[in-house]
Amino acid sequence: MVDDALVKKLERITLQLRYDVVQMIGVGKAGHLGGSSSLAELMAVLYFYVMKIDSSNPTAAWRDYLLLSKGHAALIQYAALCELGFFPRSELHRVKSLEGLLQGHPDLSIPGIEAVTGSLGQGLSISLGIALACRLDQKKNHIYVVMGDGEQSEGQLWEAAMAASNFKVDNLTAFLDWNKVQATGATKDIFSVPDLGRKWASFGWEVFESPGHDIRSIIETIEKAKAVKGKPSIVILDTVKGKGFSFAEHNAAFHNGIMDQATYEQALKELDQKKRELNA
Amino acid sequence: MKKESLRKAYGQALVELGASNPDIVALEADLGKSTMSYLFKQAYPERFFEMGIAEQNMTSTAAGLALAGKIPFVSTFAVFASGRAYDQIRCSIAIAKANVKICGSSCGLSDFGDGKTHQSVEDANIIRSIPNMTVLNPVDAVETKQMVEAMVRYKGPVYIRINRNELPVITPEDQKFQIGKMYSVHDGKDAVIFATGAMVHNSISAAQELMQEGISVEVINVSTLKPLSKEELMRFARDKQAIVTAEEANRIGGMGDTIASLLFNDIRVPMEHVAIDDQFGTSAYTYEDLLTCYKLTKEDIAKAVKTALKHA
Repeated sequence: MVDDALVKKLERITLQLRYDVVQMIGVGKAGHLGGSSSLAELMAVLYFYVMKIDSSNPTAAWRDYLLLSKGHAALIQYAALCELGFFPRSELHRVKSLEGLLQGHPDLSIPGIEAVTGSLGQGLSISLGIALACRLDQKKNHIYVVMGDGEQSEGQLWEAAMAASNFKVDNLTAFLDWNKVQATGATKDIFSVPDLGRKWASFGWEVFESPGHDIRSIIETIEKAKAVKGKPSIVILDTVKGKGFSFAEHNAAFHNGIMDQATYEQALKELDQKKRELNA
Repeated sequence: MKKESLRKAYGQALVELGASNPDIVALEADLGKSTMSYLFKQAYPERFFEMGIAEQNMTSTAAGLALAGKIPFVSTFAVFASGRAYDQIRCSIAIAKANVKICGSSCGLSDFGDGKTHQSVEDANIIRSIPNMTVLNPVDAVETKQMVEAMVRYKGPVYIRINRNELPVITPEDQKFQIGKMYSVHDGKDAVIFATGAMVHNSISAAQELMQEGISVEVINVSTLKPLSKEELMRFARDKQAIVTAEEANRIGGMGDTIASLLFNDIRVPMEHVAIDDQFGTSAYTYEDLLTCYKLTKEDIAKAVKTALKHA
């Protein structure tokens, strides 16, 4: 049973991550709001509850790994790592700047980042390599990787899917951020990859599904996925692109959109409203 | 002169090093009998990963293994290693400085029968242009073994080109191979040939024939294609009247281009490049037929030396 206090705590963290993302993007600059906010709940659950990590020792031998194969959602990962103390808050305010630590896509120079991702389709393969290395060393680390639904059209992902099941890797849990919108429109219109659950199952994976913004459900599903032995598991998260922001939800324009002053203020207002609801 | 297989030397070196270093692992894409990584599979099956005919996944998986502390050797044909998995080398490995060793086997025209699709005229050129990559091109089986040892010692991504055919052994067993160092393999004072891979052998033959005509040519084995250091080049080019480069690769973006640009400001002597003239390969009955067809023989090199010296 997942207790209510834990859910409440993770909901507050989720809210804070969304605040961080909005502030990182700011006014007049492009930023991946849509695909970052669809992952806010998952990041809160993984980083603040499920994963074994230590911000004072980012490369601890016993740590769990989290890779964003959909590297363009880096902002939500940076927000989580910052809240955990992997780097100072000042870095969030100069993300993507020449002077800053935080690159436009995940980079190994950043504490807590485990791989270079951003060229889509590669993260699952890298995760598989880490999983195989940990298994060879008989280590207990668990590897988590997050893919996008637009990314499902990358052929390399399916090579990796076959390889992971061939090697019966069970220290790897993949997530599919099924937010149904990609850079230039709805995935069903741009390049439809239907029956994702059946596809992954036929590639030898144990497939789970969960609402992607329901913290209790995400936790319970991860527990089930991690209990699978002898094969890799995937959790398909039914999410909303741009979740939490009325102007960005389901809207491809905010895949990597620019907020003007009014939109920025509206984003903060909607988060403030959510905060009042959580405190009520 | 005794000829030996570089591929076999590669596979055997992996097996030898794997005995004392449990972090060494190997990945294959169903060409292990050609690349000779199957020797590693026989010795350490638990550390060998058959990735199927899926080079992109293989390459990124190797990055993951390296990021978790292993020393992965990825083996496949040079054309697939560098071309099919280019972006995986670039993003998963090179940007990350992941400690992955990539073996581009059957490089250049050396897979003579299989033709254009399997011969790589551009693999080294491509990989050299990727920041953080080191590129090696051994001259024989002995140097191959020394290089594999150096690759394990060096922390960072390395690409090694391996010729499919047996080549004469010229490297002394006790040579202390260092990445970035060039080796003089034939003495001479009039001109210098900077050659790499199989072309070193043809260059030595050319130098021997030129000696009969009273032309004295030094031959340098440029077995590290990247980093190519100006200081190393200057050591051998400084007192020569002419320079020739010889490589089994496309001249565009090749070793010759780079040597010319490195020396241009300091040494203004005539220079000739022996290389593949911006063409793909083709099928042939023998490797020698192809080297003749693409003007990479000792005669072509000797001619280049004479042309350069004529303008000196």
